[in-house]
Amino acid sequence: MCGIVGLFLKDPKLEGELGAMLASMLCVMTDRGPDSAGFAVYGSGAKDKVKLSLRATASYDFEALAAGLSLPAAGLPGLAVRGTHAIVEIPAAREAAVRAFLKERHPEVAIVGTGERMEIFKEVGLPASVAQTFGLPGMRGTHGIGHTRMATESAVTTAGAHPFSTGADQCLVHNGSLSNHNALRRALKREGIAIETDNDSEVAAGYLTWRMKQGASLGQALEAGLNDLDGFFTFVVGTENGFGVLRDPIACKPAVMAETDQYVAFGSEYRALVDLPGIARARVFEPEPATVYFWERAQ
Amino acid sequence: MNAISPDLTFDLAATSLRELNAALHAATGESNARRWRVLNPNGRHAVAVGINAPLTVEIEGHVGYYCAGMNAEASVIIHGNAGVGLAENMMSGFVHVRGDASQAAGATGHGGLLVIDGNASARCGISMKGIDIVVKGSVGHMSAFMGQSGSLIVLGDAGEALGDSLYEAKLFVRGSVKSLGADCIEKELRDEHKALLAEKLKAAGLEGTVDVSAFKRYGSARQLYNFHVDNASAY
Repeated sequence: MCGIVGLFLKDPKLEGELGAMLASMLCVMTDRGPDSAGFAVYGSGAKDKVKLSLRATASYDFEALAAGLSLPAAGLPGLAVRGTHAIVEIPAAREAAVRAFLKERHPEVAIVGTGERMEIFKEVGLPASVAQTFGLPGMRGTHGIGHTRMATESAVTTAGAHPFSTGADQCLVHNGSLSNHNALRRALKREGIAIETDNDSEVAAGYLTWRMKQGASLGQALEAGLNDLDGFFTFVVGTENGFGVLRDPIACKPAVMAETDQYVAFGSEYRALVDLPGIARARVFEPEPATVYFWERAQ
Repeated sequence: MNAISPDLTFDLAATSLRELNAALHAATGESNARRWRVLNPNGRHAVAVGINAPLTVEIEGHVGYYCAGMNAEASVIIHGNAGVGLAENMMSGFVHVRGDASQAAGATGHGGLLVIDGNASARCGISMKGIDIVVKGSVGHMSAFMGQSGSLIVLGDAGEALGDSLYEAKLFVRGSVKSLGADCIEKELRDEHKALLAEKLKAAGLEGTVDVSAFKRYGSARQLYNFHVDNASAY
């Protein structure tokens, strides 16, 4: 099954409420995915900085890790620890060096995602407990996406939870199951795309990353996915400026959208949207199959 | 909001859905309460399923999956959108959604009339077995797939593979059809079909507002394997 939610704010006055609204939507989708949950929130950021979303084990000493990343000139990197995850903010110019350092010296730490504004958190457990552990209700931001997982294609692990990063400030959540993910995983690995789990959705994320490395836009990569991904999918992709939606041509997996002057919201079911402000007057509709949609703010 | 003064009102923000459905199932043709009103459905699944009595149920808001499923005799009116499987396996009666319906509206329906004011998405009337469905907007792909009996009347357009593997359901579309499914063909719209259309549109409250000659008729070419008598012994 799995549940997806997404919220893109048009009205800046709601930005302080983004996390609370997303958490409420996520928890309603518990019936569709009680195994694990995750979310990406697009909050504040600085042009010359990059945020690394890191994941380790419970009570991991992220402070010591951050101290090891400090430079005499730049001082300690920004650090926000939330449960098993931490957001480390470093100068953008140092990203490659820090990635190499983490890979060599801290193989126990996974980089879940990177970007100027995107922060990703995911964990096994009920959505309510995942949202609470990471403090989602208190987060502010312009938009966010979330996922509740009912595992089908791979084990219930944190690494198998969504969202999956597809590039800087980009991530993907998936409802459905891909039937050609093993062949595609082998092909992507040959192309140099790192895929860590047996999860089909991670392959979809890796596929989009590969297409974009070849020069495709995210929209073009999604379009190409209609030909290359075999199986059922409703994808929601988070981007720096908003989110995109794509359903397979058969539209096996549900999707409902609601739009008002204040926001665009996505839910696997309308139930996820009922607590949003002004929902009774929203334009509620179903996205068409095999059609790429984007809702983005003007740059 | 509505002209009806209900005999009974259930506010699903305060009363459980199970309580509403149990009360509806307990109602019979002899019950005094004939007009029911349901508030705050909030996308809940299985609202007003399995009614088996001549009641009128007005639902104020959007409903989730399977609303008015298995309906017999009752009139269920939804002032909002409906999720997947609206009026699924309806036996008789009347279901009217004022907004859009999601996938598989009227699926496997045996009888009664389903009216959708907005659009219906994919697989509308899949495996229909006698239900009449009137969609004022458009229908999505694979509508009336394996339709056995009844009619699907679409005032707007139809998506891909309309009427795939059709049996004897009658399909009428006023707008464009993206493509026809396997063994589905356009057929001549004769006077008896116009009369049938007029009758169904009248039942849907559209008498005199729609030109029946503007529709095209689609039906089964009866060329698939299952239509050949030589294959009957295979079952």
